[in-house]
Parts: sequence; C-alpha cells; structure tokens
Amino acid sequence: MEDIEHIEKEIQLVDANGRRRDGRRLDELRPIKVEAGVLKRADGSAYVEWGGNRVLAAVYGPREAHPRHLQDPSRALVQCRYNMAPFSVSDRKRPGPDRRSVEISKVVSEAFTAVVFTEQFPRTSVDIFIEVLQADAGTRCAGITAAAVALADAGIPMRDLVASVASGKIAGQVALDLDKEEDNFGDADCPMAVVPRTGEIVLLQMDGHLTESEFDQAMRYSMDAAKRIYEMQKDALRRRYAVTALEAEAAGPGVTA
Amino acid sequence: MDGSARAKRQVVIPGDVVETHGLKPGHGTFVEGDTVYASLLGIQAEHEGYVDIIPLGGRYIPQADDEVVGQVVDVGPSHWLIDLNSPYPAPLHATESPWRVEFGETSKFMNVGDACIVRVTTVDETKRVQVTMRDRDLQRLTGGQIVEISHAKVPRVIGKGGSMISMIKSFTHTEGFVGQNGRIWIDGKVDDIMNAVRAIRMIEEYAQSLGLTEAVKAQLEGVYGKQGA
Repeated sequence: MEDIEHIEKEIQLVDANGRRRDGRRLDELRPIKVEAGVLKRADGSAYVEWGGNRVLAAVYGPREAHPRHLQDPSRALVQCRYNMAPFSVSDRKRPGPDRRSVEISKVVSEAFTAVVFTEQFPRTSVDIFIEVLQADAGTRCAGITAAAVALADAGIPMRDLVASVASGKIAGQVALDLDKEEDNFGDADCPMAVVPRTGEIVLLQMDGHLTESEFDQAMRYSMDAAKRIYEMQKDALRRRYAVTALEAEAAGPGVTA
Repeated sequence: MDGSARAKRQVVIPGDVVETHGLKPGHGTFVEGDTVYASLLGIQAEHEGYVDIIPLGGRYIPQADDEVVGQVVDVGPSHWLIDLNSPYPAPLHATESPWRVEFGETSKFMNVGDACIVRVTTVDETKRVQVTMRDRDLQRLTGGQIVEISHAKVPRVIGKGGSMISMIKSFTHTEGFVGQNGRIWIDGKVDDIMNAVRAIRMIEEYAQSLGLTEAVKAQLEGVYGKQGA
C-alpha cells in the first residue's frame, strides 16, 4: 500500500508539453488494428489490437436459445460472455467469471441488443464471445469494437455498427483512451459505446469523478474518436471481402475473365 | 458481364446509406426518416424494382416453398423433427410423409441421422416451420454425400437456370440436389463425388468473382477432358 502511494507521487502522466508517457497528445488514440473473419468455426469473428490490448471476438447465431425457458417468442436474445485469459494480466488471473466480467458481459449484451434487429429472429439467441488475450486498460471498449465487426461478419442484421472508446482524467486533465498506467494512477475513466450513425449512446460507465464540464469534454473526445474507430471497423470488413476478389484474380485468368 | 454490372457489385456494411435510384427498399435494408440504410453486410443489387442487399453470410431462415435437405434429429410417435441447417428445427408429421405410418412406427421409416429432401409449407410469425415430403422428388436420401455451404452461395452453385449444377452433374456423372438451406446431396461413384465436391468448394470460395462458370468448367475439363468424356 505504502509502495503504491510512493509511485503515485513519482509518476508523471502528462509532461510540460502536454504529451503523455507514450508520447500521445490528450486527444490521441493508441494504435488500433482491426481484422475481420479470423476464426473458421465461428459464424463471425474479429480480432482487435488496441495499444497493448489483444482481443478476440466470436459470434454464433442466430441459433436455438438454450435453455429453452430463456427463449423469447417475439425476439432474439443477444447474449455475451466477456472473459479474460489467465495470462492476459501480469499477475495470473484466476480463470472463470468474476464480478467484473459478469457486469461487463451484461452491459455489452445490452449495448448490442439496441442495434441488432432482434425481432427478425424470434426464439433464438445471438451469442457473442469476447476473449481478452492481453489487457492494457480499455478492454471492454476493444471488445465491443471487435464484437461489432464480428456481428457484421456473421451476417446479423443491425441498424449500425457500434464503436466504443474510453475517456478519462489524468493529472487533472481530460484525456482520451487511457492506458494501464493512466488508468491506475489517473483520476477517472469513462468508457462509452456509441451508434456512430445516429450518435446514440448504448453504453456509458464511469469510474472516479468528473465535473460536468470535464465530462462534456470527455464525451467530445470520445464521440470524435468513435467516428475514427467506426471507419477502422468498416475498413476491416471491406478488406475481408476484398481479399476473396484478389485471391480469385491470383487463381488464374479464367476466374476473373 | 459488362462494366455496369461490375460497378453494381458494391460491398455495403450495416448502417451504410443505400442509393435506391427511385427503387423500393428490399431485403437487407431498413428505412429511417427518408433514408434507406443497409442492415446486412453484403452486396447491393437491384432486382424487380427493389434494391436488395445480398448477404455474404448468415444463417438460413426457412421460407415457404423452399426445398431443402434436412436431417432427422428426433423421432416422436407420430412425427420426426428435422434439422434444416437453420435456428428453427421443423416437425414433419407422419401424415406429411410419403408412407402410411402407424402410430409409434415412425422410426421404421426414418431414424435419427437420416437425411431427406423436404419442402417448407408454412412459416408463421414466430418462425414455427412446417415441412412436407408429400410430393414427387421429395424423399428420404440413401447413399451419396452431403456437403454444406453457406445458404447465401446457393444461387451461385445452381447458376442461371440451373446451368452450373447441371454442368457439374454432367461432367461428373453424379446425381444430386441443392437445398436452399445450403446442404447439397451428391450421389455417384466415390471419385466423381469428390470431384463434384471440389467444384462446389471452388464455387463457394470464389462466389463473388466474375467468370465463375468458365473457371469451374476449366477445372472439370482438367479432370475429365472436354465435355462428353
């Protein structure tokens, strides 16, 4: 305990030039890589690298909902399981669902229920699996970003994709997309998920305290960043289906003649 | 295909605005306000006055009059439960079978694991599916193999007016049936079946490519020589 407090005084999250420990400005995202259709057995899948985060999302369905008493005769269920691998954090994480991952699973499934056309598939369930392989703060945002791409890849009808990002407060200043150190030693973290086309918010959580004006600033950062993430998601999906066309060209002149 | 057809093959993503050019919004689209959006990941196409999104994936959802390859997953005293490769298994009542079935003797005709060609008769609003086997060429399947592909690629396997599948059948001397649910039954000599499966896998992989028929033909000619062999 004493040790942590000692570090807190030492660590400088933002330098005199307004640069963060990894050289980012306050409104800058970590490098993000999105890839669609990475798993063969799942109906849809996606992989996201987001700074130090590595997250895999798989989607199954719509399929018969089990156990049967969960079935809704008027719409599909959107179920989610968020899980962290034991090796995803520096101290081994005890495997299995805990309070935190159960909560994240719940809020993520609610976020996607808002965009999926559930009424088209009565009595079924759409199952989303988010596996965190490596965690570096903001895993639920990376997970949602991956899951949205996986849902589209699975051919599930949706109003729009969902883009997600966190903003927070470090060293007394509002900043976008906190990393592990900034999350641990910062003052607040506020993850959100948005339907980029309409600006509808489908997930909003906050850990720590922000004043009203700080919160407004955080939302402006997040909204703006969500649009950039949205483009990366769409790009990943387009690339996935462009690949098939390129392979066809490589297969020989007959294929594309 | 000409250039205009090529230009229309555009990948859309859920939430993308769909240009309707005065046509009606069709399958895979939704309307909010005055704008039409895509709800599916797919390829935009125009058909009979509608703008549709042809899905690139997704599960098969039964529709009335579809002829599909089903698999028996459960047997009751007066019905079979048929899996249609969709989220909704369908009961096939004994009276809808081509046989005269006494109560409790359903398993003498078909058992769990058997495959059959059935036609979807009705699908209600809660997606309860009814199927029938009472028609010509709806039958229990014996022998041969079943291949599964995405239901979205079935039209490519069939080809225009059945051209693709009949070409495969005549080259490989096989019999077969392509179900709307993406299950394909092929029967013939083992080697011929394998060649037909290879051709189908090729169609599956390059479903969105142009000149697919020629490519498949070339592959089959590589194995069997020019047509008529």
